[in-house]
Amino acid sequence: MNDFIKILDKNGLVFAFLVVGVIMYLSYYVSKKLTNSKIPGAAIAISVGLVIAYFGGEKGVASIPAFSGMALLGGSMLRDFSIVSTALGASFHEIKKTGWVGFIVLVLGTVVAFLVGGSIGYAMGYTDAKSFATIGAGACTFIVGPVTGSALGATSDVIAISIAIGVIKSILVTIATPFVAKRLGIDNPQTAMVFGGLVGSTSGVSAGLAATDVKLVPYGALTATFHTAMGCLLCPSILYFIVQLFLS
Amino acid sequence: MKIYGVAILAACFLVGHMVGDSLGRAFHLSGNLGGVGFAMLLLVFANDYFKRNNLIPAETENGILFWSSMYIPVVVAMSATQNVKAALSGGWVALLAGIIATAACFILVPIFSKFTKK
Repeated sequence: MNDFIKILDKNGLVFAFLVVGVIMYLSYYVSKKLTNSKIPGAAIAISVGLVIAYFGGEKGVASIPAFSGMALLGGSMLRDFSIVSTALGASFHEIKKTGWVGFIVLVLGTVVAFLVGGSIGYAMGYTDAKSFATIGAGACTFIVGPVTGSALGATSDVIAISIAIGVIKSILVTIATPFVAKRLGIDNPQTAMVFGGLVGSTSGVSAGLAATDVKLVPYGALTATFHTAMGCLLCPSILYFIVQLFLS
Repeated sequence: MKIYGVAILAACFLVGHMVGDSLGRAFHLSGNLGGVGFAMLLLVFANDYFKRNNLIPAETENGILFWSSMYIPVVVAMSATQNVKAALSGGWVALLAGIIATAACFILVPIFSKFTKK
């Protein structure tokens, strides 16, 4: 048994291909047979991923030795590489059509998430400017939270909360997007770009859109990645200064 | 050959990351500012240029398409490696802030979609 696990661990990436392949196959099967394709196979597969992550540790299922390769397959390098490759399906013409709204939603999405997140933190006892800004930044994405927190010198428990908020956001966006996409009108490249810019969580947006309509992924992902950039830029600077005016 | 496509993709990816990284350093932040976004824009421009001048054979394109078809499996692996336990144990602050902030952003989508050109 131990030798067996050693082989899996040593060939982690290859084993991860097998694991994900099996998850995908079963999910698409369930989607087709049990839900009549109403719930997309990709959405089921991603949810299965989240559920098995719960049984792992800090790195999800990759904390279990045999599954260490999942961290490489799902790590930032291959994730970003495959996100970039989806740009091949995006047309410059469609991107241009979104125009100035694309930029406005980037700023607005950051400000709204920051204020809403920070205010809830404030209401629950995190009343100093640094904690407000860090928790608010976490409501942008789980990258903006720790970047802001460490830039401002926030305490580590507040930084941990900001990461948790970002992760909850990305999970929520992943699960909710396919269900609310129709009602929000997310069915063309322009709304997908507005959606990505407002919501921001790159992993959530691209996973959620993948489960909704794969053709929309590059558009949503494009603005979503700039949302993280905008958050890293605004949260520890202008937005923090504004908060400081009111809370110190 | 497929590898040409993969190489083009790799070049866009790396240049994008370098741009994002130097932007991050310019603003004194320990992060990559939109590297993926710049890489995507580069690939969109490159593809547009190649297509117009008929420079990209189908086989080269297949090298890039392979990676975009690997996208969902990679996302599944990514979900499986999230710190779900910590997200749930972050307490009520994390849960409430996460849910309400997300909902607020969602609600704005239809409002701003109206301003895009159809």
